[in-house]
Amino acid sequence: MGTMLQIDDINVYYGAIHAIKGISLKVDQGEIVTLIGANGAGKSTTLRTISGLLKPKSGKITFEGKNIAGLPAHAIVKAGISQVPEGRRIFANMTVQENLDLGAYARQDTDGVAKDLKVVFERFPRLLERKNQEAGTLSGGEQQMLAMGRALMSRPRLLLLDEPSMGLAPLLIKEIFSIIQDINQTGTTILLVEQNANMALSIANRAYVLETGRITLSGEAQKLAASEDVRKAYLGG
Amino acid sequence: MNTIRKNDLLLIGLGIVVFAVLQGMMTEGLIGAFWKLNIFIICINIILSASLNLINGYTGQFSLGHAGFMAVGAYVGVVLTTNFHWPFLLALVAGGAAAALLGCLIGLPTLRLNGDYLAIATLGLGEIIRIVIMNIQYVGGAAGFTGIPHLTTFPWVFFVMLFTLIVVKNFVNSTHGRACIAIRENEIAAEAMGVNTTKYKVIAFTIGAAFAGVAGGLFAHCFYIINPSSFTFMQSFNYLIMVVMGGLGSLTGSIAGAFVVTFISAALASWPEFRMIIYALALILLMFYRPQGLFGYIELTQIGIIQRLKLKGGHK
Ligand SMILES: Nc1ncnc2c1ncn2[C@@H]1O[C@H](COP(=O)(O)OP(=O)(O)OP(=O)(O)O)[C@@H](O)[C@H]1O
Ligand SMILES: [Mg+2]
Repeated sequence: MGTMLQIDDINVYYGAIHAIKGISLKVDQGEIVTLIGANGAGKSTTLRTISGLLKPKSGKITFEGKNIAGLPAHAIVKAGISQVPEGRRIFANMTVQENLDLGAYARQDTDGVAKDLKVVFERFPRLLERKNQEAGTLSGGEQQMLAMGRALMSRPRLLLLDEPSMGLAPLLIKEIFSIIQDINQTGTTILLVEQNANMALSIANRAYVLETGRITLSGEAQKLAASEDVRKAYLGG
Repeated sequence: MNTIRKNDLLLIGLGIVVFAVLQGMMTEGLIGAFWKLNIFIICINIILSASLNLINGYTGQFSLGHAGFMAVGAYVGVVLTTNFHWPFLLALVAGGAAAALLGCLIGLPTLRLNGDYLAIATLGLGEIIRIVIMNIQYVGGAAGFTGIPHLTTFPWVFFVMLFTLIVVKNFVNSTHGRACIAIRENEIAAEAMGVNTTKYKVIAFTIGAAFAGVAGGLFAHCFYIINPSSFTFMQSFNYLIMVVMGGLGSLTGSIAGAFVVTFISAALASWPEFRMIIYALALILLMFYRPQGLFGYIELTQIGIIQRLKLKGGHK
């Protein structure tokens, strides 16, 4: 399979703070790739840089052959990358339906949007039941589903997920992860950021381990899950 | 689309009825000169509060420079009608266009600022505009511009107000409007959805400035003389009070706010120093009992009873 996203040696700063120190990684078409690491390692920063919410100071980000580093976020959505941000960031005072409509904001094809809305409601029946409910009153798990559904409404070829398991009960985490696998199987490539390394490694093809702004390990997810170093540091022994 | 059209017709119909009643009362002499002027001012204030609501209420950008844009429209308008004998309509449009242009130019850099900084920047802008006008001798400087033809009549203020309400209402109900509301709700999420946030902030700011400019033109042609002291920061603050009191993100609220504030001002015309105390008290009470304003984020047409009446009507 061809390379879909290629990141070459990017550096990202918050003012004087050097948050990402020369990261390179790639995601092939059809893969689930996970980026794991401790709090503050720079996982969210990496995702925000790919989706254009942050600009790298140097380095290249190539998506389907085009350099997208430094493009504004709305242009990157149009290019085919969609992000489910950390903490979900849904539009709390809008209804579920209005949130999903905004997910399709960048699209012009009304018929395709209506079709995708049906697909999202099939995938998340709870959202259909609550489609006129204010999004802020949804439970944590439902909000995560809404954030994912909203991201899917832009029909992305690459979906960036930032800690979808955050704050959810174990059973719900399982459900969300099986949905992620399902989304991947229907043709969407996924870059998944997680602190729940166990779960992430169990569904990913490949993984990168991030430590204070640098990639320290990378390889096949199963091999990393078996490796002594990773077990000690991230999988609780 | 259909419902938008229907609501527009409803609004126009209602507007014409209100217009006919008021116009009738004015020609019959039932409304004296004092209240007549106040009705003009209410209409102008509705234009200002509705357009400021587009910026502050719907898009969530805290602007404090509305009086500045109003001043630009007023001065461009009076120069064109008085010195160049332009028709009133063209002068109003030119004043609105000048204010919009300035709004766009200023909006591009300042709308990248957020929250408090934007408020300070727009506050400063309003004051700069006023001070610049004060130093242009061609328009009379601090003494003011005199000899303005009295062109503002009741039909003018009323129908320009109606036009403003219809434009703002249709804008906020369009895809563009939803983009603006998404920015207010969560700017980062809006950007991540593919909303060009800078573009929409500038659009909202420019449209708001345009209508403030037109309102300035209407205001100026109510009087023989205008001077820069009519466009101070206190005026911008007044419009903000109307928007906040009526309810951010509600056009019904903007109308109500303009009414309440104009009436308070008129009633306390002889005791101007009490005005600020009353405003302050009213705002404090409001924050306690209805922090979202009289009509926060909802319109009259969305209130339960009226919705139910509509549904009933539909079943018949
Ligand atoms: N807006 C910001 N301003 C300044 N520094 C920031 C900002 N956001 C993040 N940082 C810093 O950048 C570093 C990386 O943060 P980031 O949010 O990418 O970590 P993370 O790996 O996603 O952590 P977590 O798992 O806790 O979400 C941290 O040291 C953090 O303090
Ligand atoms: Mg994070």
